[in-house]
Amino acid sequence: MSKINLTRRSVLQTGAITGAGLALPTYLSAASHSGFTNAPTGDTVTLGFNVPQTGPYADEGADELRAYKLAVDHLNGGGDGGLMNTFSSKALQGNGILGKKVEFVTGDTQTKSDAARASARSMIEKDGAVMITGGSSSGVAVAVQALCQEAGIIFMAGLTHSNDTTGKDKKANGFRHFFNSYMSGAALAPILADNYGKDRKAYHLTADYNWGYTTEEAVRTSTEAMGWETVAAVKTPLTQTDFSSYIAPVLQSGADVLVLNHYGGNMVNSLTNAVQFGLREKQVNGKNFEIIVPLYSRLMAKGAGANVKGIFGSANWHWSLQDEGSKAFVKSFGTKYGFPPSQAAHTTYVQTLLYADAVERAGSFNPCAVGEALSDFQFDGMGNGPTLYRGADHQCFKDVLVVKGKENPTSEFDLLEIVEITPTSQVTYDASIFGGELGACNPGA
Amino acid sequence: MEAIILQVLNGLDKGSAYALIALGLTLIFGTLGVVNFAHGALFMIGAFCAVTLSRIISISRTIIDDSQTDFLGNPLKVDVPYVYDWFGQATGDVIIDWAVPLSILFAIPIMVAIGVAMERGLIKHFYKRPHADQILVTFGLAIVLQEIIKYFYGANPIPTPAPDAFRGSFDFGAAFGFDPNVIIYPYWRLVYFSFAAVIIASVFAFLQFTTFGMVVRAGMADRETVQLLGINIDRRFTLMFGMAAAVAGLAGVMYTPINSPNYHMGMDFLVLSFVVVVVGGMGSLPGAVLAGFLLGILESFASMREVLTILPGLNQIIIYLVAIIILLTRPRGLMGRKGVMED
Amino acid sequence: MFGLEYKDSRMLILVAILVALAPFMLNPFPEGSGMAQFNAGYPDLMQRFVIFGIFAIGFNILFGLTGYLSFGHAAFLGVGSYAAMWMMKLLTMNVVPGIIFSVLVAGVFSLAVGWISLRRSGIYFSILTLAFAQMSYSLAYSVLTPITGGETGLQPKVTDPRILDGSLAEGTIAKANFFGLEMGSSFELQLGSWLFTFNAGYYLAAVVMLIAFYISIRIFRSPFGLMLRAVKSNQQRLNYTGLNTKPYTLAAFVISGMYAGLAGGLMVAMDTQVGAERMFWTASGEVVLMTILGGVGTLIGPVLGASAIKYMENILSKINSDILHQWFAFLPDGLEEFVITLIYPFIGKGWHLTLGLIFMAVVIFLPGGLVEGGQRIANLFKRKMPGKDARDNKS
Repeated sequence: MSKINLTRRSVLQTGAITGAGLALPTYLSAASHSGFTNAPTGDTVTLGFNVPQTGPYADEGADELRAYKLAVDHLNGGGDGGLMNTFSSKALQGNGILGKKVEFVTGDTQTKSDAARASARSMIEKDGAVMITGGSSSGVAVAVQALCQEAGIIFMAGLTHSNDTTGKDKKANGFRHFFNSYMSGAALAPILADNYGKDRKAYHLTADYNWGYTTEEAVRTSTEAMGWETVAAVKTPLTQTDFSSYIAPVLQSGADVLVLNHYGGNMVNSLTNAVQFGLREKQVNGKNFEIIVPLYSRLMAKGAGANVKGIFGSANWHWSLQDEGSKAFVKSFGTKYGFPPSQAAHTTYVQTLLYADAVERAGSFNPCAVGEALSDFQFDGMGNGPTLYRGADHQCFKDVLVVKGKENPTSEFDLLEIVEITPTSQVTYDASIFGGELGACNPGA
Repeated sequence: MEAIILQVLNGLDKGSAYALIALGLTLIFGTLGVVNFAHGALFMIGAFCAVTLSRIISISRTIIDDSQTDFLGNPLKVDVPYVYDWFGQATGDVIIDWAVPLSILFAIPIMVAIGVAMERGLIKHFYKRPHADQILVTFGLAIVLQEIIKYFYGANPIPTPAPDAFRGSFDFGAAFGFDPNVIIYPYWRLVYFSFAAVIIASVFAFLQFTTFGMVVRAGMADRETVQLLGINIDRRFTLMFGMAAAVAGLAGVMYTPINSPNYHMGMDFLVLSFVVVVVGGMGSLPGAVLAGFLLGILESFASMREVLTILPGLNQIIIYLVAIIILLTRPRGLMGRKGVMED
Repeated sequence: MFGLEYKDSRMLILVAILVALAPFMLNPFPEGSGMAQFNAGYPDLMQRFVIFGIFAIGFNILFGLTGYLSFGHAAFLGVGSYAAMWMMKLLTMNVVPGIIFSVLVAGVFSLAVGWISLRRSGIYFSILTLAFAQMSYSLAYSVLTPITGGETGLQPKVTDPRILDGSLAEGTIAKANFFGLEMGSSFELQLGSWLFTFNAGYYLAAVVMLIAFYISIRIFRSPFGLMLRAVKSNQQRLNYTGLNTKPYTLAAFVISGMYAGLAGGLMVAMDTQVGAERMFWTASGEVVLMTILGGVGTLIGPVLGASAIKYMENILSKINSDILHQWFAFLPDGLEEFVITLIYPFIGKGWHLTLGLIFMAVVIFLPGGLVEGGQRIANLFKRKMPGKDARDNKS
């Protein structure tokens, strides 16, 4: 049968193709001879901005995207230069990166690890992105970080707060500027002890997934060290929308503090429900009942509305900071978009600049050279005070903000006030405590 | 003991939301024989009616206040709602405060109109099509509706508080001789529960005691015969669709102070409300209500920490576990009729 | 060929040719041109086309033939993925054991789920499958975190045992391979300003898909397939004739569950990551959409539907306002803004809206899916041929 011959021929052809593939193992790079994936060849360089554009975190993603566009503008010499003027490293010239004009592609993570990886892969394989950045959850950050490690791309994490990202799942090609659960706990505990006393009984509601676990653990350990007692910790499903049945038993338990280890929609709903129950007007053990939200974001505060008033939490950055860097960033963001930036916008903007600066200092886009330039890099002027990008786990160490919901907001963006700037030394930990293996950097091709 | 009473209360409240949505779904299914996956979207639109009305009420003119500055150091722009100008600040504040209850009046005509438009414009063409097609087209519609809402209102939840009068909670314990502070329940949730009870009762009364309702029930049982009697059953069914949409919408309006509404709240409820309807038995109105309350109460019990220490993760699966057990022991749910949706 | 009728073997060969030439056909626009945005010929998307094709082909064996609408098939995909990932972590990065294991595990799991769910029919069956899938998702995301990785999922780690593989060279990471051929390796062909990528992983997945497609044709044309169709048209009558239909429907359920597991295993083989969202009910809903969009009960439909949805998800979502501005830069300013305002809600972050609209349009106007659309267009052309109608009328 001639048809069988055809099949055999196609098998032979496939064999030839795979043979060629073997002879030339590349991870999709037109310029494989340059020794790393997606080496920019022309007079432009492409960055990949992978943020949630659909799903519950879409607004956060939109703010990240605004910040990225602003960063690209500044890198290419547009606008007022923003943080480039206050950044302690002066390697960036405003002429792109290494003289190449910065271009970017955007993608939608949908806050799902599969979609995020698909989007990141298309940026790497199709658009030739040399760096991927963004994301609004730790699940996505860990997934995309692992992909970038495999592909030989630098990953600059966006908003991800779990210890895992630079803990047990850390990767040599991945870097995080945002703070983490451990730092939240360490920064919050002393302030809580000062304001609420050392003799408190805490009740935890914890989102039932990795980030929730690490946050609960961090807050628990650090508050217990201050003398607090943990009465109970109950896990709540991610898909839960009405938290009444978790909140109702809190008063009965004898606890006088409720800690909501929730983020995003979970946090908005659980806090709203808790305030609805009138918990904050109650007196237990002769003390005012208090509620704590370990991780705050402005968008969440906006969603919860007046319920956040007077509630303590921690944040990576806030636009009301008065250092030169923060003022410069708020000014250029505010002028362009008409409202102050969120902490998600800040961290993504800073990450982009840090990457560009590292490339300039390394003199190459090679991920290994960039990684080396970022490791143990000390800088200032980016809004968080003196900061160290620790080489051992690629985590930034900087001051952490303890914030409180504002009692009398003057605008819809003025929802939080800074209570305390916890110094770096107080939130620093040993790189080995979360396990994990950084591995060696992978330049790809 | 107190803990159990508390969770029953919780369950009734949760259950009333489930029951309201399931009731609307069953009304549509029972009358028109259409499986409406866009029902969650109707619930969501109802919630956004409340958001819209509170925005309309707070429409403001902007004055520039030179004594204060905004974040960029420019003079602060202060919004003054027009209601202040018209009614004075005190009355204006009360109107803004009562936006959610006021939206009930605003939402009813809108929801009925949306329901009727949906039935006439889309669903009508799907009566003769297989159930799978109905599910799919309404699912598509649900996606479109929620994306439209997202386009205008963003993805972030929008706080829509209850009037100040309903802040705080009622202390059942103190009222019934238990220790104070043990059985407390927010006023607004009590309002929600009573509201749901009234709506459910009026739907049943409407079907049971009015001529219109009688005809509709007859139509549900045997559509052709009723038509042969010269009654325009289609028009009544269209109105029933509008009514079901209004029930879903009102459930949404009143739900906004409990949880800040967002564009995907309908999808969050969709799967759950279908489980409720199926557990109750397809086509049975009492079944839907019963299953709504039953699942609400069981869900509340499963979230108790005494239960979770023995069976961790039970709160994650309780609804589905109950659904499986009920469907395996009672083939057509609690009160389902034979032959409905079984092919 | 292979025991197929002429028509079917023609289709199989056609699909094989399409799949083999996909890197060319999906990259019709030259690199760097404005239209390059629409190119789909890069490994990740091509792999997704064939993998979700397999998933939908399998789903169609159950839904298309028996009419049982399962809302829980994503669970089998997820279970298959986890199984394959654990094989790669424990045994070897060679994808073969992982894929085989994923099919087996998904088969066993679907046997259990099917055994229970098939006691009911209609929407009761749908809700039962949905319940199992949602339970799998919820547990995998939370309490099963030690096995599934929970929120952050599972990826290969440098420290994994991989007992069959030799130890890694210093500074390298484990990569999925097929007897040494890395799944990520590609051969690139530059022709003028066109760039075509031939990826090893894609061709492995494509071969698997062709086998899966072939098996599905055989099932469709077998007495077993005929029996399944009989179940769809009138199960009661079959029961009255004394036939027990349960073994047939259960077999169909398990086969389609194994297809889902195979797709899950391949996903891990192509992109070494698995997370619990893969099992969420929307993922189960997606495969239903794919099948209906393409054409239920047709052989090729599910593959077309899967490709269409994945294309929209990956291509439309990446078009942002800057790209629109580039495209319409030739228009006068006011008009440019206007056109962009019109289009903007449907692309980028609005791609869900487009998906919903297209989906509604297909269900309303083309109940038979894209396949019916294709047939209608073909008929249109046939009718236009002069004299053809007359001939047809005579015969």
